Amino acid sequence: MNEHYVLHVNGRDHEVTDAWLGESLLDVLRERLGLLAAKGACEQGECGSCSVLVDGDLVCSCLVLGAAAVGRAITTVEGLTERGTLTDVQRAYLEAGAVQCGFCTPGLIMATHDLLDRVPEPTEMEIREELAGNVCRCTGYGRIIDAVQQVAVARRTGAGPA
Amino acid sequence: MSIVETPRVTRTEAPVRDGVIGRSPLRPDGIAKVDGSFQFSSDLHAEGAAWGATLRSPHPHARIVSIDVSKAWKIDGVDAVITAADVPGKATYGLIAHDQPVFASDVVRYVGEPVAAVAADHPETCRRALEAIDVVYDELEPLLDPEAAIAGTHPPIHPDGNVVRHQRIVRGDPDATGEVVVEGTYEIGMQDQAFLGLEAALAIPDSGGGGVELHIATQWLHEDRGQIAACLGLPEDQVRLVLGGVGGAFGAREDISLQVHTCLLALRLGKPVRMAYDRAESFLGHVHRHPATIWMRHHATADGEIVKIEARFVLDGGAYASTSSAVLLNAVTHTQGPYRCPNAVVDGWAVRTNHLPCGAMRGFGVVQACFAHESQMDRLAEACGRDPVEIRLRNVMRTGDPLITGQVVESVAPVERCIRETAALPLPDEPIGGRDADPMRLPGGAGRTADVGHVRRGIGWGVSIKNLMYSEGFDDYSTARCRLADGRVTLKFATAEVGQGFVTIAGQIARTILGVDDVDLARIDTGVGSAGSTSASRQTWMSGGAVDAACRQVRERLFEHVADLHGLDPLQLEIDGTDVVDTLGDLRVPVAAATAGQVFDETVEYRHRPTVDLDENGQGDCHVAFAFVAHRAVVDVDPELGLVKVVQIATAQDVGRALNPLSVIGQIEGGIAQGLGLAVMEEIVQVDGRIRNANFTDYLLPTMLDMPPVVATLVEEPDPQAPLGAKGVGEPPCISSTPAIVAAIRDALRDDAGRARPLVRVPVRPQDIALSGTASPDG
Repeated sequence: MNEHYVLHVNGRDHEVTDAWLGESLLDVLRERLGLLAAKGACEQGECGSCSVLVDGDLVCSCLVLGAAAVGRAITTVEGLTERGTLTDVQRAYLEAGAVQCGFCTPGLIMATHDLLDRVPEPTEMEIREELAGNVCRCTGYGRIIDAVQQVAVARRTGAGPA
Repeated sequence: MSIVETPRVTRTEAPVRDGVIGRSPLRPDGIAKVDGSFQFSSDLHAEGAAWGATLRSPHPHARIVSIDVSKAWKIDGVDAVITAADVPGKATYGLIAHDQPVFASDVVRYVGEPVAAVAADHPETCRRALEAIDVVYDELEPLLDPEAAIAGTHPPIHPDGNVVRHQRIVRGDPDATGEVVVEGTYEIGMQDQAFLGLEAALAIPDSGGGGVELHIATQWLHEDRGQIAACLGLPEDQVRLVLGGVGGAFGAREDISLQVHTCLLALRLGKPVRMAYDRAESFLGHVHRHPATIWMRHHATADGEIVKIEARFVLDGGAYASTSSAVLLNAVTHTQGPYRCPNAVVDGWAVRTNHLPCGAMRGFGVVQACFAHESQMDRLAEACGRDPVEIRLRNVMRTGDPLITGQVVESVAPVERCIRETAALPLPDEPIGGRDADPMRLPGGAGRTADVGHVRRGIGWGVSIKNLMYSEGFDDYSTARCRLADGRVTLKFATAEVGQGFVTIAGQIARTILGVDDVDLARIDTGVGSAGSTSASRQTWMSGGAVDAACRQVRERLFEHVADLHGLDPLQLEIDGTDVVDTLGDLRVPVAAATAGQVFDETVEYRHRPTVDLDENGQGDCHVAFAFVAHRAVVDVDPELGLVKVVQIATAQDVGRALNPLSVIGQIEGGIAQGLGLAVMEEIVQVDGRIRNANFTDYLLPTMLDMPPVVATLVEEPDPQAPLGAKGVGEPPCISSTPAIVAAIRDALRDDAGRARPLVRVPVRPQDIALSGTASPDG
């Protein structure tokens, strides 16, 4: 339990001290850096609750060792609202009724940003396929799909912030 | 959807505000949930907190010969090791019967039963400490067959025997017969609630030593407190519970899991302790939906009118009683479904075995009964040469009809309307695979396995009745406190918010009744009276009723105050928008102005009407109220590969009154997803008493690709018994969606003679479709 390394998270360097090398990126973010938005729910990459961006790629942070993320740019949900305002995706989730217990929400918001950055106007089937790695047990997904579609429409028509 | 109360005299009405009843305002916890700052119980930290962890039995049934913890103590960083000998109070707990040990001391009764707990500086240290505890077991023959528990052919695994409850219902003429007789035996697998937010808690001992504060994700703070305090040997006022953010519940948080262990460790160490289960431990640490075997025989006239139902229910409750007796009650009293039935003979057993303990899960016994009675209705339709909708309409229950318990259904019972409105919803207009022949739309999806030419479409129906609230004489109440000061309302209640959105409708109720826009919600904890459990579709009715009543009492005080100032009769005042108005004059005062410098503070307990126990023939008014729903499923099936794609679910649900339509839709879609899971995906598999799939790779949950679009109609006929006209909406969606999907699969698999495949178990597995061949519908 004596590893020291630096993680670059949400645009800032964070020192990780006295760590055990076996800790996942999820554990390090949550327990050592106090960044609690990413959630652990299956710890084997099945549910997507722990989704973060690593060098722009959407990954399950439970499947990445913290020490293996050294030198990479990590973005969590906390990094989306550093300026104190919600993103269009966050606002759409809120307004469309896509949030119930909210445990899956941070992961889904990261996955939705990732999807819409790559595919600005996804079909419903593309949304379903792309977000099938994020399990939600409360909503049955209908309002989540609605939220994603609302953002896509708003971005196309310029009705909301990009 | 009616919104504000209609004024008695004509005047310009205030505009409808966004936050009132009938609208869908934003969740008050919503911003924190989307920006990641909402604190779930697993997010709670405290300075200097130790980690706790639990040692669990590897055997389904064994005698504990010895427990040696000495090696665990020698590991650096270990602060505490505790066993049954360290429980200062009551050795056992339980929701109805207190039969579950805090730690097993003499016998273990299921794989996963807690035997010891440790506290240490790091979860990894805890893991090593658990490995170092040496428990010697003498294995015993496990009881795994519920029929052996009933027959008494296995030695009792508890001092009071293996049968938790036997309940018989006899109604009308037990010898009545019909011209048409259909029967079947149905099997329901063990489903897991699979909430995403794993069990987690933070216990903080009082600095003086005496008591403890527990931050916990639970469904019922006060019930937990009673059980915890008893085990800790503390008076209840020394145990304070605070609701930690709840990441879903669905019944799995009604029983105690890590509550007592966390408090024991914290009190032992005199410092905060955190415990958190991982997914594998969660499967062992909470109760599940009862697996069931149900035989039913329906007698009907030649044209399909039900004459008599005979049934036999066997529910495997696993190692401890939990709520098995109440689940059994629900199962047997819902045998008939939402249909008239003059004669019935029903026997039901809930038994203990050495399987995982079972208790509450959304639908609570009615899910099991509904799969059987709806499968039977389809058999009856076939035998009578009628279609599934026709046979159901022929038998629909109406308000005023008696149940097989003799209880008269006093609730609004729009069963026929639910069926007709569901039938009126459009069927999918796309062919199998969609117009673009996308393989993702076929059974097997991303596997691209199914050939569109082999895929067959089917349509199936499910209709259900569900009791609301607790039953059988339980003194059920909820408490709410309303404080109105300077135009601002503060509500305090102990109602567990588990995601369903009670926190949203509580504010809507206050805004509607009191004409304020600003509503603050105080912390949810045991600092106010009990709200009862967030379960049994009861909180909108019960805690909604309590908030409504508390707000109305405050409004009376407000009217008295305004009337006093202006020399009016308080009875002529009412709220219009955000003003107090005189219905007989010109006075109009904003509530904010009328309450300036004033404090009105009222606490109210709301109770529903009393119920009674069933007698020995299963007769009695044991339930409070009922809600109804219809589901129609469309599925595509690949018969050769045994793969299913659910294409659409249509539903019309009896909701009484939709206080928040968006939340209602969320409950409907979410419940249907869990019904779909039970229909085709979800089952805890146990072999020789050992769980084989305690993870999300092998326990399959519906994803966005599995869940079809839902088309829904809200049937709004306000129930005069309900305080706000609103019925609970959480459970019905997951009850008849399951049999509707299975009926659709049977329909898709009709043989050349048009006979449906008699799929008799859920979840329907690929081998049930691909390997079982066509059998007779009565097989």
